[in-house]
Amino acid sequence: MSELNELYQQLILEHNKTPRNFIKPEQFTHDADGYNPLCGDHYHIWLKLDGETISDIGFQGSGCAISKSSASMMTSALKGASLSQAKELFEKFHSVIMTKIGDEIPEATIEELGSLGALAGVREFPARIKCASLAWHALNAALTKTEKSISTEIEKK
Amino acid sequence: MLNNKMNISENKILLDIENIRKDFPILSTLVHSTPLVYLDNAATTQKPNAVLDMQNVYYKEQNANIHRGVHHLSETATFEYEKARGKIKNFINAADNKEIIFTAGTTAGINLVAHSFGKTFLKAGDEVIISAMEHHSNIVPWQMICEEQGAHLRIIPMNDDGELLLDEYKKLLTPKTKIVSVVYISNSLGTINPVKKIIELAHHNGSKVLIDGAQAVAHTKVDVRELDCDFFVFSGHKIFGPTGIGVLYGKASLLEQMKPYQGGGDMILSVTFEKTTFNDLPYKFEAGTPNIAGVIGLGAAIDYVNGIGLDAIAEYEQSLLHYGTGLLRSIKGLRLIGTAKEKAGILSFVLENAHPHDIGTILDRQGIAIRTGHHCTQPVMQRFGIPATARASISFYNTKTELDVLVRGIEKVKEIFE
Repeated sequence: MSELNELYQQLILEHNKTPRNFIKPEQFTHDADGYNPLCGDHYHIWLKLDGETISDIGFQGSGCAISKSSASMMTSALKGASLSQAKELFEKFHSVIMTKIGDEIPEATIEELGSLGALAGVREFPARIKCASLAWHALNAALTKTEKSISTEIEKK
Repeated sequence: MLNNKMNISENKILLDIENIRKDFPILSTLVHSTPLVYLDNAATTQKPNAVLDMQNVYYKEQNANIHRGVHHLSETATFEYEKARGKIKNFINAADNKEIIFTAGTTAGINLVAHSFGKTFLKAGDEVIISAMEHHSNIVPWQMICEEQGAHLRIIPMNDDGELLLDEYKKLLTPKTKIVSVVYISNSLGTINPVKKIIELAHHNGSKVLIDGAQAVAHTKVDVRELDCDFFVFSGHKIFGPTGIGVLYGKASLLEQMKPYQGGGDMILSVTFEKTTFNDLPYKFEAGTPNIAGVIGLGAAIDYVNGIGLDAIAEYEQSLLHYGTGLLRSIKGLRLIGTAKEKAGILSFVLENAHPHDIGTILDRQGIAIRTGHHCTQPVMQRFGIPATARASISFYNTKTELDVLVRGIEKVKEIFE
């Protein structure tokens, strides 16, 4: 059960209990829904873009510890970041959680992720990877505005 | 088989669970290096050797298409296929083999009735009654046909224990009500609905009734003539049979009036480009080559259940339910969802600090298989104001010891999320 401790690290449990930026910002320029119809996890994400900079970001909704802590850590990491930094972080995060079980993840990559690195353990739980990426897909939807609501099941179809 | 699976003592029927478990090879597997505790029986049940062997024999020794070949194998396959139909007829006490239609499962059966009954009998302004605790498969097909025909859907509400409000149901019954379609046992709450009463009231009103028996057939004796339901649907895989096979029972007089659902081979008597004459029941509703191995496997599953006896199964499962309910109630911060007086072996719950999805993952790592989510009953979740539940569902091969393991597993969840 060591993978369980790896998944439910203190940092994740703490973000789950007291999520950061768990509020609708007073002003925002982009927003979108993130929804996983299979488990019912449902968040809304708002962000305020000043030029290329994410000057404010917040989320609300309900879901499991993994999806909520991931959204919390994501918003913490992205507040004040540029769009290109956000894109880079997402790609790194995505590659880490999608790394095959047993494959090595470079220590440096985890470090670059900061607190988000705590979610690396999710790769041991294939059924939960979607929980970790839900907020990121919602962010992407908000920025591209292609979908009013992003569903974790759209990629499959 | 009957004798070596049961001990009769003190007028109580006790199942020999240890021996029964040996019939299900999967029950002795290890999951994450711990013995599997399978408590997801409402999603699907495990298969006994009797079913697996029968399907193997079919494919190894009898495989052929049915109803058309003149060769030996085809005759054997047809014989076995129709023999299984007879077993199912007896199992639910239908009047005639022609009232047993093979489908792909409960969902397919409801879709067949919604479409075929709907196209034949539903017109603009008519009403269809379902209940607040239906599975999506007993909501969506009716929504679709109602929209097509200009009919309306009415919903029987329920109370906080998850019991249907019969007085409200009575008010919903009007001359516009053409059909009532309700679940026998709720998959997310475990409620056993008073279907006999529901049917009686509907018939008194001149309305037909479909009973969704998906969660019922493996846990309680079903007699369609005693219930007097017009349609009864269930899935093979929830009664220890294969997936992809199900049964629609319908009263012959009704099925005969209904339009076919799908066209194709086997459902016709004669075809010209100008006109097709449809086959008789049950073939009118069985277009195309059916799931022959599935039907034969389901027949074997029913033999197996009969060998143990549904009364004994129901009694044993009630004792497990009672034991499990007591255990779960003693866990601080746990709330049972579905507390009807009449309940089957389904324990749906939420924990104060942990989301069902996290509960599911942590239990899985301890070898315990439960279901988490909305269980395809989103309106039930909305009714109780929760996004999801964790659900442990019992079958007769489960034990009290396994429920103890479940409770220890939940304690571990609480430890992590404290």
